[in-house]
Amino acid sequence: MLSGEEWAIVVLSLQVSGVAMMFTLPIAFALAWVLARGHFPGKIVLDAVVHLPLVLPPVVTGWLLLLTFGNVSPIGAALQHTFGFTFMFRWTGAALAAAIMALPLMVRAIRLSIEAVDRRYEAAARSLGASSWRAFLTITLPLCTPGILAAMTLGFARSLGEFGATITFVSNIPGETRTLPLAIYAALQVPGGDAMVARLAFIAIALSLVALIVSETLARRSLGSRPHHVV
Amino acid sequence: MSFELDVTLKLGDRTICTCFETGVGITALFGPSGAGKTSVLNMVTGLLRPDRGKIVIDGTTLFDSAQQINIVPELRRCGYVFQDRRLFPHLSVRANLTYGTKNVTPAHNILSLDETIALLGIGHLLDRRPRTLSGGEAQRVAIGRALLSGPRFLAMDEPLAALDAPRRAEIIRLIEHIRDQLALPILYVSHDRAEVERLAEHIVELA
Repeated sequence: MLSGEEWAIVVLSLQVSGVAMMFTLPIAFALAWVLARGHFPGKIVLDAVVHLPLVLPPVVTGWLLLLTFGNVSPIGAALQHTFGFTFMFRWTGAALAAAIMALPLMVRAIRLSIEAVDRRYEAAARSLGASSWRAFLTITLPLCTPGILAAMTLGFARSLGEFGATITFVSNIPGETRTLPLAIYAALQVPGGDAMVARLAFIAIALSLVALIVSETLARRSLGSRPHHVV
Repeated sequence: MSFELDVTLKLGDRTICTCFETGVGITALFGPSGAGKTSVLNMVTGLLRPDRGKIVIDGTTLFDSAQQINIVPELRRCGYVFQDRRLFPHLSVRANLTYGTKNVTPAHNILSLDETIALLGIGHLLDRRPRTLSGGEAQRVAIGRALLSGPRFLAMDEPLAALDAPRRAEIIRLIEHIRDQLALPILYVSHDRAEVERLAEHIVELA
């Protein structure tokens, strides 16, 4: 079974991914909404920028995060100066890197679920006296909830696996930024670390499988919720 | 006058233009498919904005381009029965029926929930999901949902389409009951001349 150190790694990974999800979800939903429903010049550019972390080498994303939030950057310096807060070499930095890397996947999944909502239901709700806000809360949101949950599971799994941007941005510090993939990488460098690698890899595989199955089940349910009697 | 309409809307390369004033009872919008009947219903219910014109129902101006009046759909109190029903798929029949009751003031209340359920004979369907309903059942629930939203009029789009003969007769009786007992003006869209001649007091032909 797992040693205390290995449990701590798993717990840190779950914490980093959980916090990453909490902060990414509202942003991902807002972006997905704008991309699904908005009409504005430059939409294709926004779409491309959102997807950038999906195709960029993760090490480049990590480097960009360093440039933006490093202690010598204006934003990093301002955070440090006013709040005494820094992402550098902290688990919060690992969460930020995970969040950025998970964002495009989540936006894609949520956007698909918003686009799948039949807008005629919203019109029906309005005709029954619902404000556009109430129609959103009672019709649109529940109809795309399975998609949102699928996006969260997918994003969570992606965050658990995040490696390149994290190690570039906040390094590989035991107990602070050493999440599951970083720990596996570190154990591979140590002679006799094979058993630890195998145990951690098994956990990574199990977590990822569960996340994929949950997300796929939710996505299917989302499709199934489409009405059959609508001509 | 129940319905006073004078609207123009350009949709693509087609211009929908209609002008009529009709009294109590059922006003049928009649014409071949593609004539813009549903578009007129959408303009009356506020889901589509006319380029110009005026919509007055029971003395209340819902739209007037000259005076820049355009009441939002949720305040028009139109009981819209859509051709495709549009029952909310994630809600039970009961929740569908009561969706529009939240904003109804007592003065606008036409029927209670129990009365509506009895009138439509849908008591056994309340806990079901819309997807499990037959066409006739779904149509009755859609009519009930519209009635419970405290409407000043009903807008019905081909309510007999996709129903077999016994169901059609049932829904026709229901519509006549709504017209005679509840005294609700009805704007009724159909492409079927016989149906329109049987039901409607006023016929407006759209070409």
